[in-house]
Amino acid sequence: MSRSYDRALTVFSPDGHLFQVEYALEAVRKGTCAVGVVGKDVVVLGVEKKSVLQLQDPRTVRKVAMLDDHVCLAFAGLTADGRVLIDKARIECQSHRLTVEDPVTVEYITRHIAGIQQRYTQSGGVRPFGVSTLIVGFDPHDVKPRLYQTEPGGIYSAWKANAIGRSSKTVREFLEKNHKDGMSRDDTIKLTVKSLLEVVQTGAKNIEISVMESYGKITSLDLAQIEAIVAEIEREKEAEAERKRSRLAATAAGQAAMSQAAGGSGQ
Amino acid sequence: MDISFALTGKGYVIVAADTVAARSIVKMKVDEDKIKVLSPHLLMAYSGEPGDTVQFAEYVERNIRLYQIRNTHALRPPSAASWIRRTLADSLRSRKPYAVNLLVGGYDTSTHNPHLYWIDYLGTMSEVPFAAHGYGAYFALSLLDRYHDPEASVEEGLATLKRCIDEVAKRLVVNPEKYKVKIVDKDGVREVEI
Repeated sequence: MSRSYDRALTVFSPDGHLFQVEYALEAVRKGTCAVGVVGKDVVVLGVEKKSVLQLQDPRTVRKVAMLDDHVCLAFAGLTADGRVLIDKARIECQSHRLTVEDPVTVEYITRHIAGIQQRYTQSGGVRPFGVSTLIVGFDPHDVKPRLYQTEPGGIYSAWKANAIGRSSKTVREFLEKNHKDGMSRDDTIKLTVKSLLEVVQTGAKNIEISVMESYGKITSLDLAQIEAIVAEIEREKEAEAERKRSRLAATAAGQAAMSQAAGGSGQ
Repeated sequence: MDISFALTGKGYVIVAADTVAARSIVKMKVDEDKIKVLSPHLLMAYSGEPGDTVQFAEYVERNIRLYQIRNTHALRPPSAASWIRRTLADSLRSRKPYAVNLLVGGYDTSTHNPHLYWIDYLGTMSEVPFAAHGYGAYFALSLLDRYHDPEASVEEGLATLKRCIDEVAKRLVVNPEKYKVKIVDKDGVREVEI
Protein backbone atom coordinates (compact mmCIF):
# COMPACT_ATOMS: atom_id res chain seq x y z
CA MET A 1 0.00 0.00 0.00
CA SER A 2 2.70 2.43 0.99
CA ARG A 3 3.99 2.26 -2.60
CA SER A 4 1.44 4.74 -3.79
CA TYR A 5 2.61 7.49 -1.40
CA ASP A 6 6.08 7.98 -2.81
CA ARG A 7 5.06 8.54 -6.43
CA ALA A 8 4.07 12.17 -6.27
CA LEU A 9 6.17 14.32 -3.99
CA THR A 10 3.40 16.54 -2.85
CA VAL A 11 1.55 13.69 -1.22
CA PHE A 12 2.02 12.79 2.43
CA SER A 13 1.99 9.21 3.62
CA PRO A 14 -0.70 8.56 6.28
CA ASP A 15 1.84 8.78 9.08
CA GLY A 16 3.08 12.18 7.89
CA HIS A 17 6.17 11.29 5.93
CA LEU A 18 7.33 12.64 2.60
CA PHE A 19 9.11 9.57 1.32
CA GLN A 20 11.03 11.29 -1.49
CA VAL A 21 12.59 13.69 0.99
CA GLU A 22 13.66 10.79 3.17
CA TYR A 23 15.14 9.02 0.14
CA ALA A 24 17.05 12.22 -0.63
CA LEU A 25 18.49 12.11 2.89
CA GLU A 26 19.51 8.53 2.15
CA ALA A 27 21.37 9.75 -0.95
CA VAL A 28 23.17 12.23 1.29
CA ARG A 29 24.16 9.48 3.71
CA LYS A 30 25.68 7.55 0.78
CA GLY A 31 27.69 10.59 -0.40
CA THR A 32 31.28 11.31 0.55
CA CYS A 33 31.87 12.94 3.91
CA ALA A 34 32.32 16.70 4.36
CA VAL A 35 33.34 18.44 7.58
CA GLY A 36 33.22 22.09 8.63
CA VAL A 37 34.92 23.45 11.73
CA VAL A 38 34.87 27.00 13.11
CA GLY A 39 37.92 28.34 14.94
CA LYS A 40 38.69 31.67 16.58
CA ASP A 41 39.06 33.67 13.38
CA VAL A 42 39.15 30.91 10.84
CA VAL A 43 36.78 28.38 9.36
CA VAL A 44 37.90 25.16 7.72
CA LEU A 45 36.14 22.90 5.23
CA GLY A 46 37.39 19.35 4.80
CA VAL A 47 36.02 16.84 2.34
CA GLU A 48 36.62 13.21 1.58
CA LYS A 49 37.68 12.91 -2.05
CA LYS A 50 36.85 9.86 -4.12
CA SER A 51 40.03 8.31 -5.48
CA VAL A 52 40.77 9.78 -8.88
CA LEU A 53 41.12 7.20 -11.64
CA GLN A 54 44.56 6.80 -13.14
CA LEU A 55 43.83 8.68 -16.35
CA GLN A 56 41.42 11.24 -14.86
CA ASP A 57 42.33 14.91 -14.44
CA PRO A 58 42.05 15.52 -10.67
CA ARG A 59 41.47 19.26 -11.14
CA THR A 60 38.08 18.57 -12.71
CA VAL A 61 36.80 16.69 -9.65
CA ARG A 62 36.16 19.27 -6.94
CA LYS A 63 33.79 19.11 -4.02
CA VAL A 64 34.40 22.53 -2.54
CA ALA A 65 33.01 25.39 -4.58
CA MET A 66 33.43 29.12 -4.21
CA LEU A 67 30.09 30.91 -4.30
CA ASP A 68 31.51 34.41 -4.00
CA ASP A 69 34.73 36.06 -2.77
CA HIS A 70 33.82 35.31 0.83
CA VAL A 71 31.58 32.23 0.78
CA CYS A 72 32.49 28.59 0.16
CA LEU A 73 30.27 25.54 -0.12
CA ALA A 74 30.89 21.82 0.27
CA PHE A 75 28.23 19.23 -0.33
CA ALA A 76 27.53 15.56 0.23
CA GLY A 77 25.22 13.52 -1.95
CA LEU A 78 24.51 13.52 -5.68
CA THR A 79 27.27 15.50 -7.35
CA ALA A 80 25.09 16.45 -10.31
CA ASP A 81 22.41 17.91 -8.05
CA GLY A 82 25.09 19.75 -6.11
CA ARG A 83 26.39 21.34 -9.27
CA VAL A 84 22.98 22.73 -10.17
CA LEU A 85 22.49 24.09 -6.67
CA ILE A 86 25.93 25.74 -6.71
CA ASP A 87 25.16 27.44 -10.00
CA LYS A 88 21.90 28.83 -8.66
CA ALA A 89 23.70 30.09 -5.56
CA ARG A 90 26.47 31.77 -7.57
CA ILE A 91 23.92 33.60 -9.68
CA GLU A 92 22.11 34.76 -6.54
CA CYS A 93 25.40 36.06 -5.07
CA GLN A 94 26.01 38.29 -8.10
CA SER A 95 22.34 39.22 -8.38
CA HIS A 96 22.37 40.34 -4.75
CA ARG A 97 25.42 42.52 -5.40
CA LEU A 98 23.72 44.01 -8.44
CA THR A 99 20.50 44.89 -6.65
CA VAL A 100 21.74 46.12 -3.26
CA GLU A 101 25.42 46.82 -4.05
CA ASP A 102 26.51 44.63 -1.15
CA PRO A 103 27.88 41.10 -0.98
CA VAL A 104 25.60 38.44 0.47
CA THR A 105 25.82 37.43 4.11
CA VAL A 106 26.46 33.77 4.78
CA GLU A 107 23.06 33.43 6.38
CA TYR A 108 21.34 35.03 3.40
CA ILE A 109 22.84 32.67 0.84
CA THR A 110 22.21 29.71 3.12
CA ARG A 111 18.56 30.67 3.43
CA HIS A 112 18.39 31.12 -0.33
CA ILE A 113 19.81 27.65 -0.98
CA ALA A 114 17.56 26.07 1.65
CA GLY A 115 14.65 27.91 0.05
CA ILE A 116 15.42 26.34 -3.33
CA GLN A 117 15.70 22.93 -1.72
CA GLN A 118 12.36 23.39 0.03
CA ARG A 119 10.64 24.45 -3.21
CA TYR A 120 11.69 21.17 -4.78
CA THR A 121 9.76 19.25 -2.11
CA GLN A 122 6.50 21.04 -2.73
CA SER A 123 6.13 21.43 -6.50
CA GLY A 124 4.87 19.01 -9.09
CA GLY A 125 7.04 17.14 -11.56
CA VAL A 126 10.29 17.58 -9.67
CA ARG A 127 12.29 15.60 -7.14
CA PRO A 128 14.24 17.01 -4.20
CA PHE A 129 17.95 17.79 -4.38
CA GLY A 130 19.89 14.77 -3.14
CA VAL A 131 22.41 16.96 -1.35
CA SER A 132 23.16 18.42 2.03
CA THR A 133 25.51 21.39 2.04
CA LEU A 134 27.95 23.00 4.42
CA ILE A 135 28.34 26.70 3.77
CA VAL A 136 31.20 28.63 5.33
CA GLY A 137 32.32 32.22 5.10
CA PHE A 138 32.58 35.68 6.57
CA ASP A 139 29.91 38.35 6.48
CA PRO A 140 30.96 41.66 4.94
CA HIS A 141 32.52 44.02 7.53
CA ASP A 142 32.65 41.25 10.11
CA VAL A 143 35.41 39.08 11.58
CA LYS A 144 33.28 36.22 12.85
CA PRO A 145 33.67 32.98 10.91
CA ARG A 146 30.38 31.26 10.12
CA LEU A 147 29.24 27.76 9.33
CA TYR A 148 25.79 26.72 8.14
CA GLN A 149 24.21 23.48 7.01
CA THR A 150 21.29 22.86 4.67
CA GLU A 151 19.36 19.65 4.09
CA PRO A 152 17.26 18.30 1.19
CA GLY A 153 14.01 19.15 2.96
CA GLY A 154 15.03 22.81 3.16
CA ILE A 155 16.10 22.90 6.80
CA TYR A 156 19.04 25.16 7.58
CA SER A 157 20.97 25.74 10.79
CA ALA A 158 24.18 27.31 12.13
CA TRP A 159 26.97 25.24 13.70
CA LYS A 160 30.33 25.44 15.45
CA ALA A 161 31.39 22.20 13.80
CA ASN A 162 29.47 19.67 11.78
CA ALA A 163 29.74 16.82 9.32
CA ILE A 164 27.50 15.58 6.50
CA GLY A 165 27.54 12.51 4.29
CA ARG A 166 28.91 9.02 4.86
CA SER A 167 29.53 8.17 8.55
CA SER A 168 28.69 11.77 9.48
CA LYS A 169 27.34 10.51 12.81
CA THR A 170 30.73 9.12 13.85
CA VAL A 171 32.47 12.32 12.79
CA ARG A 172 29.93 14.55 14.54
CA GLU A 173 30.33 12.60 17.75
CA PHE A 174 34.10 12.96 17.43
CA LEU A 175 33.70 16.70 16.92
CA GLU A 176 31.34 16.99 19.91
CA LYS A 177 34.05 15.42 22.06
CA ASN A 178 36.98 17.42 20.72
CA HIS A 179 35.73 20.82 19.57
CA LYS A 180 36.76 23.78 21.71
CA ASP A 181 35.78 27.41 21.30
CA GLY A 182 38.43 29.82 20.03
CA MET A 183 40.82 27.38 18.37
CA SER A 184 43.82 28.71 16.46
CA ARG A 185 44.22 28.24 12.69
CA ASP A 186 46.49 25.22 13.03
CA ASP A 187 44.34 23.57 15.71
CA THR A 188 41.23 24.03 13.61
CA ILE A 189 42.84 22.49 10.54
CA LYS A 190 44.20 19.64 12.65
CA LEU A 191 40.81 18.90 14.21
CA THR A 192 39.24 18.88 10.73
CA VAL A 193 41.80 16.41 9.39
CA LYS A 194 41.61 14.32 12.55
CA SER A 195 37.83 14.03 12.36
CA LEU A 196 38.00 13.11 8.67
CA LEU A 197 40.60 10.43 9.41
CA GLU A 198 37.96 8.76 11.59
CA VAL A 199 36.17 7.73 8.39
CA VAL A 200 38.74 8.10 5.61
CA GLN A 201 40.98 5.07 5.76
CA THR A 202 43.16 5.93 2.80
CA GLY A 203 44.65 9.01 4.49
CA ALA A 204 46.01 12.26 3.11
CA LYS A 205 45.55 11.63 -0.61
CA ASN A 206 41.77 11.39 -0.26
CA ILE A 207 41.35 14.54 1.80
CA GLU A 208 40.80 18.05 0.50
CA ILE A 209 41.08 21.01 2.89
CA SER A 210 40.00 24.61 2.29
CA VAL A 211 40.81 27.28 4.83
CA MET A 212 39.09 30.65 5.04
CA GLU A 213 40.89 33.11 7.28
CA SER A 214 39.10 36.37 6.71
CA TYR A 215 36.81 38.05 4.22
CA GLY A 216 37.87 36.80 0.80
CA LYS A 217 41.00 34.99 1.93
CA ILE A 218 40.65 31.36 0.93
CA THR A 219 43.47 28.86 0.57
CA SER A 220 43.45 25.22 -0.43
CA LEU A 221 46.03 23.06 1.28
CA ASP A 222 48.14 21.00 -1.13
CA LEU A 223 48.85 17.30 -0.71
CA ALA A 224 52.24 17.79 1.00
CA GLN A 225 50.72 20.04 3.67
CA ILE A 226 47.90 17.60 4.38
CA GLU A 227 50.38 14.71 4.50
CA ALA A 228 52.45 16.61 7.08
CA ILE A 229 49.37 17.13 9.26
CA VAL A 230 48.34 13.49 8.92
CA ALA A 231 51.88 12.39 9.87
CA GLU A 232 51.77 14.65 12.94
CA ILE A 233 48.43 13.16 14.01
CA GLU A 234 49.80 9.63 13.51
CA ARG A 235 52.80 10.49 15.69
CA GLU A 236 50.57 11.82 18.44
CA LYS A 237 48.42 8.71 18.30
CA GLU A 238 51.54 6.55 18.45
CA ALA A 239 52.83 8.42 21.50
CA GLU A 240 49.43 8.15 23.18
CA ALA A 241 49.35 4.38 22.57
CA GLU A 242 52.91 4.09 23.88
CA ARG A 243 51.98 5.94 27.07
CA LYS A 244 48.97 3.67 27.50
CA ARG A 245 51.10 0.55 27.02
CA SER A 246 53.72 1.65 29.55
CA ARG A 247 51.02 2.60 32.03
CA LEU A 248 49.40 -0.80 31.63
CA ALA A 249 52.78 -2.48 32.05
CA ALA A 250 53.45 -0.42 35.18
CA THR A 251 50.14 -1.37 36.78
CA ALA A 252 50.64 -5.01 35.81
CA ALA A 253 54.11 -4.97 37.35
CA GLY A 254 52.76 -3.30 40.48
CA GLN A 255 50.03 -5.86 40.85
CA ALA A 256 52.50 -8.68 40.35
CA ALA A 257 54.81 -7.25 43.00
CA MET A 258 51.92 -6.85 45.44
CA SER A 259 50.65 -10.37 44.99
CA GLN A 260 54.20 -11.63 45.36
CA ALA A 261 54.63 -9.63 48.55
CA ALA A 262 51.31 -10.93 49.88
CA GLY A 263 52.33 -14.46 49.03
CA GLY A 264 55.76 -13.95 50.69
CA SER A 265 54.33 -12.73 54.00
CA GLY A 266 51.94 -15.72 54.11
CA GLN A 267 54.75 -18.26 54.21
CA MET B 1 29.16 65.67 -23.11
CA ASP B 2 31.05 62.65 -21.77
CA ILE B 3 34.58 62.39 -23.11
CA SER B 4 36.63 59.24 -23.03
CA PHE B 5 39.97 58.28 -24.55
CA ALA B 6 41.94 55.08 -24.68
CA LEU B 7 45.19 53.99 -26.26
CA THR B 8 47.36 50.93 -26.35
CA GLY B 9 51.12 50.77 -25.95
CA LYS B 10 53.80 48.21 -25.33
CA GLY B 11 52.07 45.75 -23.00
CA TYR B 12 49.45 48.14 -21.64
CA VAL B 13 46.21 49.98 -22.32
CA ILE B 14 45.47 53.43 -20.93
CA VAL B 15 41.81 54.34 -20.47
CA ALA B 16 40.77 57.86 -19.50
CA ALA B 17 37.38 59.43 -18.94
CA ASP B 18 36.23 62.82 -17.67
CA THR B 19 34.68 62.93 -14.21
CA VAL B 20 31.75 65.26 -14.73
CA ALA B 21 28.20 64.16 -14.10
CA ALA B 22 26.06 66.79 -15.75
CA ARG B 23 22.35 67.34 -16.20
CA SER B 24 21.26 69.85 -18.80
CA ILE B 25 23.63 72.83 -18.37
CA VAL B 26 24.44 72.07 -14.74
CA LYS B 27 27.43 70.15 -13.40
CA MET B 28 26.05 67.96 -10.63
CA LYS B 29 29.28 66.24 -9.66
CA VAL B 30 32.95 66.48 -10.64
CA ASP B 31 34.36 63.24 -9.23
CA GLU B 32 32.34 60.60 -11.02
CA ASP B 33 34.25 57.44 -11.94
CA LYS B 34 33.14 56.35 -15.40
CA ILE B 35 35.64 53.51 -15.75
CA LYS B 36 34.65 50.12 -14.36
CA VAL B 37 37.17 47.47 -13.45
CA LEU B 38 35.48 44.33 -14.82
CA SER B 39 38.13 41.78 -13.90
CA PRO B 40 41.78 41.82 -12.79
CA HIS B 41 42.89 42.69 -16.33
CA LEU B 42 39.88 44.36 -17.89
CA LEU B 43 38.65 47.95 -17.93
CA MET B 44 35.57 49.55 -19.41
CA ALA B 45 34.91 53.27 -19.87
CA TYR B 46 31.25 54.06 -20.42
CA SER B 47 29.38 57.12 -21.63
CA GLY B 48 25.98 57.95 -23.03
CA GLU B 49 22.49 58.28 -21.62
CA PRO B 50 22.77 58.88 -17.86
CA GLY B 51 21.16 56.03 -15.98
CA ASP B 52 21.58 53.60 -18.85
CA THR B 53 25.35 53.85 -18.49
CA VAL B 54 25.61 52.81 -14.86
CA GLN B 55 22.85 50.23 -15.16
CA PHE B 56 24.51 48.57 -18.13
CA ALA B 57 28.02 48.79 -16.71
CA GLU B 58 26.97 47.13 -13.44
CA TYR B 59 25.11 44.43 -15.32
CA VAL B 60 28.23 43.68 -17.35
CA GLU B 61 30.43 43.81 -14.25
CA ARG B 62 28.35 41.21 -12.40
CA ASN B 63 28.12 38.89 -15.41
CA ILE B 64 31.88 38.99 -16.02
CA ARG B 65 32.40 38.21 -12.31
CA LEU B 66 29.90 35.35 -12.45
CA TYR B 67 31.80 33.89 -15.40
CA GLN B 68 35.04 34.10 -13.43
CA ILE B 69 33.58 32.35 -10.37
CA ARG B 70 32.01 29.62 -12.53
CA ASN B 71 35.13 28.92 -14.56
CA THR B 72 37.98 29.93 -12.22
CA HIS B 73 39.50 31.99 -15.03
CA ALA B 74 38.25 35.37 -16.19
CA LEU B 75 37.14 35.94 -19.78
CA ARG B 76 39.98 37.13 -21.99
CA PRO B 77 39.54 40.61 -23.46
CA PRO B 78 38.43 39.53 -26.98
CA SER B 79 35.76 37.21 -25.57
CA ALA B 80 34.61 39.74 -22.99
CA ALA B 81 34.33 42.46 -25.63
CA SER B 82 32.37 40.14 -27.92
CA TRP B 83 29.99 39.28 -25.09
CA ILE B 84 29.48 42.94 -24.23
CA ARG B 85 28.87 43.86 -27.87
CA ARG B 86 26.36 41.07 -28.21
CA THR B 87 24.55 42.17 -25.07
CA LEU B 88 24.31 45.72 -26.44
CA ALA B 89 23.15 44.43 -29.83
CA ASP B 90 20.42 42.36 -28.17
CA SER B 91 19.43 45.38 -26.13
CA LEU B 92 19.17 47.53 -29.28
CA ARG B 93 16.57 45.11 -30.63
CA SER B 94 14.51 45.15 -27.43
CA ARG B 95 11.70 47.51 -26.47
CA LYS B 96 13.97 49.82 -24.48
CA PRO B 97 17.55 49.75 -25.75
CA TYR B 98 20.53 50.92 -23.72
CA ALA B 99 22.14 54.06 -25.18
CA VAL B 100 25.69 53.41 -24.03
CA ASN B 101 29.06 53.86 -25.73
CA LEU B 102 32.03 51.90 -24.46
CA LEU B 103 35.78 51.58 -24.60
CA VAL B 104 36.91 48.17 -23.42
CA GLY B 105 40.61 47.80 -22.70
CA GLY B 106 42.29 44.70 -21.37
CA TYR B 107 45.49 42.78 -21.09
CA ASP B 108 45.46 39.17 -22.25
CA THR B 109 47.50 37.27 -19.68
CA SER B 110 47.76 34.20 -21.94
CA THR B 111 49.19 35.86 -25.04
CA HIS B 112 50.62 38.92 -23.24
CA ASN B 113 48.91 41.33 -25.61
CA PRO B 114 46.99 44.50 -24.84
CA HIS B 115 43.59 44.80 -26.49
CA LEU B 116 41.35 47.81 -27.00
CA TYR B 117 37.79 47.74 -28.38
CA TRP B 118 35.64 50.62 -29.46
CA ILE B 119 31.94 49.82 -29.05
CA ASP B 120 28.95 52.09 -29.62
CA TYR B 121 25.30 51.87 -28.64
CA LEU B 122 24.36 50.33 -32.02
CA GLY B 123 26.48 47.30 -31.24
CA THR B 124 29.32 48.31 -33.55
CA MET B 125 32.63 46.94 -32.36
CA SER B 126 36.13 47.28 -33.70
CA GLU B 127 39.51 46.48 -32.24
CA VAL B 128 41.64 49.59 -32.49
CA PRO B 129 45.05 50.87 -31.36
CA PHE B 130 43.47 54.03 -29.93
CA ALA B 131 39.93 55.30 -29.54
CA ALA B 132 37.74 58.09 -28.25
CA HIS B 133 34.07 58.74 -27.57
CA GLY B 134 32.15 61.99 -27.28
CA TYR B 135 33.25 65.48 -28.32
CA GLY B 136 36.84 64.64 -27.42
CA ALA B 137 36.96 62.35 -30.44
CA TYR B 138 36.77 65.32 -32.82
CA PHE B 139 40.02 66.74 -31.45
CA ALA B 140 41.86 63.66 -30.25
CA LEU B 141 41.73 61.28 -33.20
CA SER B 142 43.94 63.43 -35.43
CA LEU B 143 46.43 63.85 -32.58
CA LEU B 144 46.42 60.13 -31.88
CA ASP B 145 46.89 59.45 -35.61
CA ARG B 146 50.00 61.60 -35.51
CA TYR B 147 51.49 60.65 -32.13
CA HIS B 148 50.31 57.15 -31.25
CA ASP B 149 53.04 54.52 -31.10
CA PRO B 150 52.14 50.88 -30.37
CA GLU B 151 55.65 50.37 -28.94
CA ALA B 152 55.48 53.40 -26.63
CA SER B 153 56.33 53.12 -22.94
CA VAL B 154 53.74 54.01 -20.31
CA GLU B 155 55.29 57.48 -19.87
CA GLU B 156 55.13 58.15 -23.61
CA GLY B 157 51.55 56.86 -23.73
CA LEU B 158 50.54 59.17 -20.91
CA ALA B 159 52.25 62.07 -22.69
CA THR B 160 50.17 61.35 -25.80
CA LEU B 161 47.03 61.21 -23.68
CA LYS B 162 48.00 64.54 -22.13
CA ARG B 163 48.18 66.08 -25.62
CA CYS B 164 44.61 64.96 -26.28
CA ILE B 165 43.36 66.30 -22.98
CA ASP B 166 45.15 69.62 -23.49
CA GLU B 167 43.75 69.98 -26.98
CA VAL B 168 40.22 69.46 -25.67
CA ALA B 169 40.88 72.03 -22.96
CA LYS B 170 42.08 74.47 -25.58
CA ARG B 171 39.38 74.03 -28.22
CA LEU B 172 36.20 72.67 -26.68
CA VAL B 173 33.66 75.20 -25.44
CA VAL B 174 33.22 73.43 -22.11
CA ASN B 175 36.31 71.89 -20.58
CA PRO B 176 35.71 68.98 -18.19
CA GLU B 177 38.94 69.86 -16.29
CA LYS B 178 39.39 66.57 -14.47
CA TYR B 179 40.01 63.13 -15.90
CA LYS B 180 40.27 59.73 -14.31
CA VAL B 181 43.03 57.64 -15.86
CA LYS B 182 43.45 53.90 -15.42
CA ILE B 183 46.12 51.62 -16.82
CA VAL B 184 45.87 47.88 -17.30
CA ASP B 185 48.97 45.80 -17.91
CA LYS B 186 50.49 42.47 -16.83
CA ASP B 187 50.28 43.50 -13.16
CA GLY B 188 46.57 44.29 -13.36
CA VAL B 189 44.75 47.59 -13.08
CA ARG B 190 46.04 50.77 -11.49
CA GLU B 191 44.93 54.37 -11.39
CA VAL B 192 47.29 57.21 -12.22
CA GLU B 193 47.11 60.95 -11.74
CA ILE B 194 47.85 63.23 -14.64
